[in-house]
Amino acid sequence: MLNKKKNFIDRIPNWGWLMISLATAIVLWYFLSIGERTGRCFPFIDKIYVAIKTVIEREILWADIQSSMISVIMGFFFGFISSVPVAFLMAWYRPVRYIVEPWIQFIRNIPPLAYVPLVVIGAGVGRVPQVIVIWLATFLTMTITIYQGVRNVDETLIKAARVLGAKDRDLFVKVIFPATTPFILTAVRLGASVALTTLIAAESTGAFAGLGMRIRSFNNSYEVEPMLLYIILIGIIGISIEKIIKLLEKKLTGWQETRDV
Amino acid sequence: MERNVKVKIDHVEKIYDGRQGKMIALNGVDLDIYENEFICVVGPSGCGKSTLLNIIAGLLEPTSGAVYVNGKKVEGTGTERGVVFQQYALFPWMTVLKNVMFGLKLKGMSDAEAREIAMKYIRMVQLEDFVDAYPKELSGGMKQRVAIARAYAVQPEVLLMDEPFGALDAQTRTQLQSELIQTWQEEKKTCFFITHDVEEAIILATKVIVMSARPGRIKTIIDINLPYPRTQDLKMQKEFLDLKAQIWGEVYQEYLEVRK
Repeated sequence: MLNKKKNFIDRIPNWGWLMISLATAIVLWYFLSIGERTGRCFPFIDKIYVAIKTVIEREILWADIQSSMISVIMGFFFGFISSVPVAFLMAWYRPVRYIVEPWIQFIRNIPPLAYVPLVVIGAGVGRVPQVIVIWLATFLTMTITIYQGVRNVDETLIKAARVLGAKDRDLFVKVIFPATTPFILTAVRLGASVALTTLIAAESTGAFAGLGMRIRSFNNSYEVEPMLLYIILIGIIGISIEKIIKLLEKKLTGWQETRDV
Repeated sequence: MERNVKVKIDHVEKIYDGRQGKMIALNGVDLDIYENEFICVVGPSGCGKSTLLNIIAGLLEPTSGAVYVNGKKVEGTGTERGVVFQQYALFPWMTVLKNVMFGLKLKGMSDAEAREIAMKYIRMVQLEDFVDAYPKELSGGMKQRVAIARAYAVQPEVLLMDEPFGALDAQTRTQLQSELIQTWQEEKKTCFFITHDVEEAIILATKVIVMSARPGRIKTIIDINLPYPRTQDLKMQKEFLDLKAQIWGEVYQEYLEVRK
């Protein structure tokens, strides 16, 4: 009996399950859309389809995607290049760790939305505050992840390299850096996800375009259909980025014994 | 016969400053290791055998005393001393070949040169079919073979082994013992091998050293005059069993001391 059950699960390929999952969601969505109250916030696919045309006609869709992506990519980029050195310094020099780590943990637990007004007061409106907010959020997440990776480098690997004649520079380039790669890639994945989730907060800084900004503006004009469309869009972008990074991880760190963080 | 002292351990003392106060790990260890000797060190856990190995390797500094290799004082690691660790310590992002080439490349060899030497030692440990495999694809025994090949490849004069077969199952262990004896006969090295398996010590060693625990020091030195080539059959013979009884007795006393 149990065996038979297992067979039925295994017989359906992964893409088959994906289809079933999608169908389930659509059915659920349909029922939500016909409810009196839930229907107001979950208009069904046909209405979303109309909304796609509307936002394309209004020439806001591409501009919004573009604007958001520029903020996400820039914020993430700065977050990444600043987190790597800070993480390594924290792992190597205890004073740096003792001074910096508590504050990273402290700020990391504050929702970005809370400090957005401060950033706006300091940096004004437009692109700059958006990038700063995303930068900060990604920096914090990635620093902690990479730092833990550097500290987790197996001590015996360093010993082994030393007895084989490795000097400090070799140790860094040939042992510590490759040993940390899986964590750096995990950090990239988490950072990208944080960048996207921070987007809404970042674009509440008085942005002129952007997915997050537009959702607020649809809210003000009670346009539920394009709002839901934009929410779904953010989800699609998020999962696409994650898939790409996972692919990269598989390629670069396939040598690992255990995966998935 | 005049023999060269390869490694001179000169009154080495190691004191750890722990939270519960000072802990004397090694209490004045003196030992001369001659060229091409195969020394096996046995003793209860906590007798400081690993500490001693790490000091010889240059990975730890003694609190007082010194170690000399070829008359030169040990300060830090050096490629004339190779180490095989219990946990294999292979670089997981490198293939078998790249692992064995690692030390050779650090010596400044070209790729072709390093590859040729690496292949020789990979063949020696019979892993030529796995040159492009990653460590995760290998069994524990194979991993340790790679580690041995990697240590041999840089041609150290002294080979330090810290319970290299400790994590392997009994069958693989005896197999690797036989292979190590053979390798050692083909390419003589001065070996310093730590184990807590008395049989393993006798089958491998020219000299077994029993260490006592807390504070760690050398208790007895027993010459093993069993003829080479040694095979596992030896383990059934009377000389072997007598030695085993003798050494086991010495070690057992120490276990009892530790338990007190």
